[in-house]
Amino acid sequence: MSILVNKDTRLVVQGITGRDGGFHASKMSTYGTKVVAGTSPGKGGSKTDNGVPVFNSVHQAVENEGANTSIIFVPAPFVKDAVMEAADAGISLIVCITEGVPTLDVVYAQKYVHSKGSRMIGPNCPGLISPGKSLVGIMPGNIFYEGSVGVISRSGTLTYEVVYNLTQKGMGQSTAVGVGGDPVVGLYYKELLEMFQNDPDTSAIALIGEIGGDAEEQAAAYIKEFVTKPVAAYIAGSTAPADKRMGHAGAIISSGSGSAAEKKAAFMAAGIPVAQEPSQIPELLKLK
Amino acid sequence: MKIHEYQAKEFFTQYGIPTADGIVCRNAMACADAYKELHSPKVVIKAQVLTGGRGKAGGVKLASGEDQVVEVASSILGMDIKGYKVDRVMVAKAVNIESEYYISLVVDRNTKSVVLIMSKEGGMDIEEVAAKTPEKIFRIPIDPFTGIPNFLAARAARLLFDNESIVKQAIPVIQKMYKLFTEKDASLVEINPMVVTKEGTLLAIDGKMNFDDNALYRQPLVESLFEPNAEEKTEQMAKSKGFSFVHLGGKIGCMVNGAGLAMSTMDTIKLYGGRPANFLDIGGSSNPNKVIEAMKLLLADTNVKVVLINIFGGITRCDDVARGLLEAFKEIETNIPVVIRLTGTNHKEGLDLLKDSAFHSASTMGQAVQKAVELSK
Repeated sequence: MSILVNKDTRLVVQGITGRDGGFHASKMSTYGTKVVAGTSPGKGGSKTDNGVPVFNSVHQAVENEGANTSIIFVPAPFVKDAVMEAADAGISLIVCITEGVPTLDVVYAQKYVHSKGSRMIGPNCPGLISPGKSLVGIMPGNIFYEGSVGVISRSGTLTYEVVYNLTQKGMGQSTAVGVGGDPVVGLYYKELLEMFQNDPDTSAIALIGEIGGDAEEQAAAYIKEFVTKPVAAYIAGSTAPADKRMGHAGAIISSGSGSAAEKKAAFMAAGIPVAQEPSQIPELLKLK
Repeated sequence: MKIHEYQAKEFFTQYGIPTADGIVCRNAMACADAYKELHSPKVVIKAQVLTGGRGKAGGVKLASGEDQVVEVASSILGMDIKGYKVDRVMVAKAVNIESEYYISLVVDRNTKSVVLIMSKEGGMDIEEVAAKTPEKIFRIPIDPFTGIPNFLAARAARLLFDNESIVKQAIPVIQKMYKLFTEKDASLVEINPMVVTKEGTLLAIDGKMNFDDNALYRQPLVESLFEPNAEEKTEQMAKSKGFSFVHLGGKIGCMVNGAGLAMSTMDTIKLYGGRPANFLDIGGSSNPNKVIEAMKLLLADTNVKVVLINIFGGITRCDDVARGLLEAFKEIETNIPVVIRLTGTNHKEGLDLLKDSAFHSASTMGQAVQKAVELSK
């Protein structure tokens, strides 16, 4: 098993006729993901070069191809509507890759998704992958390897860095999820930790956090109380100055809170080992 | 993005949120004129700078009489507050304060919504109040689909005020703050203090607004108020080229793909005893033009003694990245040593291509950082 995406995932790509949407739709198909449809308003009825049917709406993609998961590549100003459309069409998992989405749009969209009983990952995220089963994102599939480590991360390339280190040490992954770097995003540590804890094929969890907010502190408290599987953490941004946005909109230390030191301390206090460098994650998980 | 107090108060006025009358001035003579215009025996003169802690720095003072106004204004104008030079002050009517309160709206990561935050401990550093006496802070998450209906604004107002005539004034103020917040894509609207005067009216004495950078594309008016400092100008220039850049002041210039990996690179430099000169995320791809532009940015900092390029080859394979770097460096003239760390897809092929070049190369972050720290000393 794995969490959220697997062999039953039937994916619709929202914005499939755009450059990024088209490119990654074909990458995901090559990986083995069932990319069953794409949407692009006004271009319904056509097919992509890879033969994926294009529809005008997500509703049509669900009706005709049984899509149950969507990935969004539409430009930032249209993301709010795209997310709500997917939720309204009955899509159960909505993965939003687009970056630069206004925060209030995410607040609206995420509330709507919640009211429809769907789940959202992102925005501004690399997506997720259950190696060997399904890739729903822009991650380089070839660095992942099927196994039992669950990975949760706020960053893209840093996830690859950690996963690459795990794979080199022969530690494959059950599912790796990039939750996104914005202040407000969909699924977060707590929900994902719960899923990994309940997933029989996940035996250990790597958590990759960064500065900004207090989600890591909350995750540490949650792990201490509810997670029995070994967890190792890494926090990026020890050297970040206060009040500066470090690339990700959410990676900002404000009013003296959200610092890496506080987050590391919270994990240590909860008995969770913290890696000083990403390359230490595999040994910390093994040592447990 | 931040704006000045007087600009925030202009938005308040537009939205019907009552503020103490005030006039913004750029020199002491203008302050004297403002004093006459305000018809108030006592005024407050407040430095307008884009940073907190003005009061503690001596940038907020009372004055009465034209002579004193000129004297106080002259002492505040030109002041340096946390690296910001004061070139504007606000002259505002001093009011008879009965009691002070705190009211703000802010985006909250945990509830994934806008939250109304209120406290009777107005005029204080709110973070300090939250840390020491969290029970004195009220937090009400707002449902984006219903906003703040009358009953909710009234319930909120009654948490702060016992007097129904003040509650009646506070209801529309809270609702207008929320309207302003959502219509202008703010990330913070803060009134601290909100005061009740001895005459029984509710007034915003100070005002602060921050905005969501992601939404500036649809807020041209807000964007036009942006006053970048020198560092922000560099950051802005970098942004226009698709980079994300923050200056840090050390000797090791960093160029990395991805924000998380870029932060991690800085941290690892420090771990090995060096100091990063900057945070620079060049984004997903690493085509030669981007590398050339990024190198220009790094070399413009004369403190930089070594450049560390840390690239994870994902969809763009390491051999392609290596070819791009070799091509880029044909056009870059520099004597500064460059350490390149490549990992990910085809990293062996990539490192082979760099073998005969002048670069120092490495496949692990630890090795690369160690080398860079060594070369920076």
